[in-house]
Amino acid sequence: MTAKLLVPYLTAGVTENWLDYLLAVQEAGADAVEIGLPFSDPMLDGVTIQESSDRALARGATVASILRDVRGVRDRLRVPLIAFTYANLVYRPGPAVFCRELADAGIRGLIVPDLPLDEAGEVSRAAEAAGVELTLLVAPVTPDDRLAEIVSRSRGYVYAISRMGTTGERDALASSAAALTARIRTAQQRANPDGRLPVLVGFGVSGAAQVAEAGRAGDGVVVGSALMRRVLDGATPHDLGAEVASLRAALDRCDQEDSADRTAYAEVSGHRG
Amino acid sequence: MSALMSVPVAGRFGDFGGRFVPESLVPACGALASAFAAAWADPDFRAELDDLLAVYAGRPTPLTPARTLSADLGIELLLKREDLAHTGSHKINNVLGQALLARRMGKSRLIAETGAGQHGVATATAAALLGLEATVYMGERDIERQQLNVLRMTTLGATVVPVTTGSRTLKDATNEAMRAWVADVGDAHFLLGSVGGPHPYPWMVRELQRVIGDEARRQSPYVPDVVVACVGGGSNSAGTFAGFVDTPARLVGVEAAGGAAMTAGRPGVVHGARSMVLQDAEGQVAEAESIAAGLDYPGIGPEHAHLGAVGRAEYFTVSDTEVISAVRRLARAEGIICALESAHAVAWVLREAGTPLLPTGSRVILTLSGRGDKDMATLGAVA
Ligand SMILES: Cc1ncc(COP(=O)(O)O)c(C=O)c1O
Repeated sequence: MTAKLLVPYLTAGVTENWLDYLLAVQEAGADAVEIGLPFSDPMLDGVTIQESSDRALARGATVASILRDVRGVRDRLRVPLIAFTYANLVYRPGPAVFCRELADAGIRGLIVPDLPLDEAGEVSRAAEAAGVELTLLVAPVTPDDRLAEIVSRSRGYVYAISRMGTTGERDALASSAAALTARIRTAQQRANPDGRLPVLVGFGVSGAAQVAEAGRAGDGVVVGSALMRRVLDGATPHDLGAEVASLRAALDRCDQEDSADRTAYAEVSGHRG
Repeated sequence: MSALMSVPVAGRFGDFGGRFVPESLVPACGALASAFAAAWADPDFRAELDDLLAVYAGRPTPLTPARTLSADLGIELLLKREDLAHTGSHKINNVLGQALLARRMGKSRLIAETGAGQHGVATATAAALLGLEATVYMGERDIERQQLNVLRMTTLGATVVPVTTGSRTLKDATNEAMRAWVADVGDAHFLLGSVGGPHPYPWMVRELQRVIGDEARRQSPYVPDVVVACVGGGSNSAGTFAGFVDTPARLVGVEAAGGAAMTAGRPGVVHGARSMVLQDAEGQVAEAESIAAGLDYPGIGPEHAHLGAVGRAEYFTVSDTEVISAVRRLARAEGIICALESAHAVAWVLREAGTPLLPTGSRVILTLSGRGDKDMATLGAVA
């Protein structure tokens, strides 16, 4: 079954027991987990992830300490981890060293929101050499020709930024999300009708209804701020797991309704939980 | 020298520059680069800007001999008087150019970041003049220490949004302005106040500020030995240097000791460009600390990083204490109260005159980037 992918985002190091949140969302049905490596100047993040990043940094979390934490639970992780961070943390040690360190910790993917296609060459080569998948992002304003190139150079997934704005909870899913995933699908069909990367819809997706809607638009959904808000407000790992389980259920329901009238499309390659 | 200070290829100044922005901003940066290239080559646009700079902003600004200080220090010191431009600093040069461009591009809103408030005031001014809306992001700490400029902005009809994250200064205001731009990229122009940021900003802002250096070159009876300016993001210095980069003059940028990206920073990527950045071993950006809000910034424009790397320009630091006494000494010697930012350049000249860095008899052009009214409360508090 080509079930829709649920990809929760967690800011690494946000609390002492952040790995318990990671394991709880895995148990609750995550297909992969995006872990935010906190950066001092998260230019594309809204207030919630800014706050969780600040909290993690104030606790003394570093890339090194986070990767150490991850290595410690490696044998309990069944789903792929994708690091989400900003370009300066990649360039300071150098892309080659940074990507090797991710790989050594068992991290499978990398997303760098301030590294657009035109600047991605060096990091993309370093990621490939280290066996890390560098996922590129597409925005509603990305023109078609550029979109096609991003789709062809992205690895692991294609990340569709659902709206023009930062991360953060919103009242409704932007209509730009479905329009964008449709354009990505068209580009994928044209480039390679036999197999394509899953399209994840992220930025501003919160709550079961929006998750279901985003799931209908793409192959999967990233939920970040809505979960981190709960963590900042004191939710336990168990609470967060319950939240993710309810999102999982909403996504699976949308999938069943959907598959009834969906025309078969080429088998989706990429990560499966 | 011809490769320096020219149009950057692919937004690069040597190893520095580029366009490290979210995909959501890439098309807007591309459109801005094309629009600026077209406008800058359009004689009508240039004429309109030149006219505004003359009849509205009061250009050309004078080149004033600092007679008392020259005699005291044993050098010839000429002051390029950006403090006399409308709104009280060089920021108006860049702002008028970008605001005209924004209007030409059909934008209805200006978004800006500000530290000392001078860039915010200039933006609010241009918005009022051209009938545009202005939203200015300013760190809470800077709002406290630059009250006068906050009142000027609101009087001019701009909305000032306090930024409460991080160090609550210019770095954080810039993050917030960029976030706001992502959310309104169709209607808003991000009016960046210095030579940092993604391509085309470092090139565009330098071109709009080169009027400082070009005028000074024409006004000066000679090519000076040394050209000196303070450096925050680096726009008044870049504009000044542009007029002299093809001469033998030494180019000197003076940073705040607590915001010395060139002197104490490492290559890094912040606010859309690869440049020199104050940061820790893992790449977290450091918080700057300077008495001058306009220099309280951990980065610098990428062209400076390049000019420094190839040795065409030199960068030094001065301390807050040196800056405070420089404001007072200039005021009493010449009857000019300059901004704390500009006083960094003055402090360097006061310290180095007669040393091998600035030998006796040197002929110096110093850009006085702004006036000091905004800093009277800060100065009053340090007795
Ligand atoms: C008077 C004055 N000088 C200098 C600066 C620093 O900016 P830049 O280095 O871009 O000239 C500022 C910034 O606020 C300023 O207000």
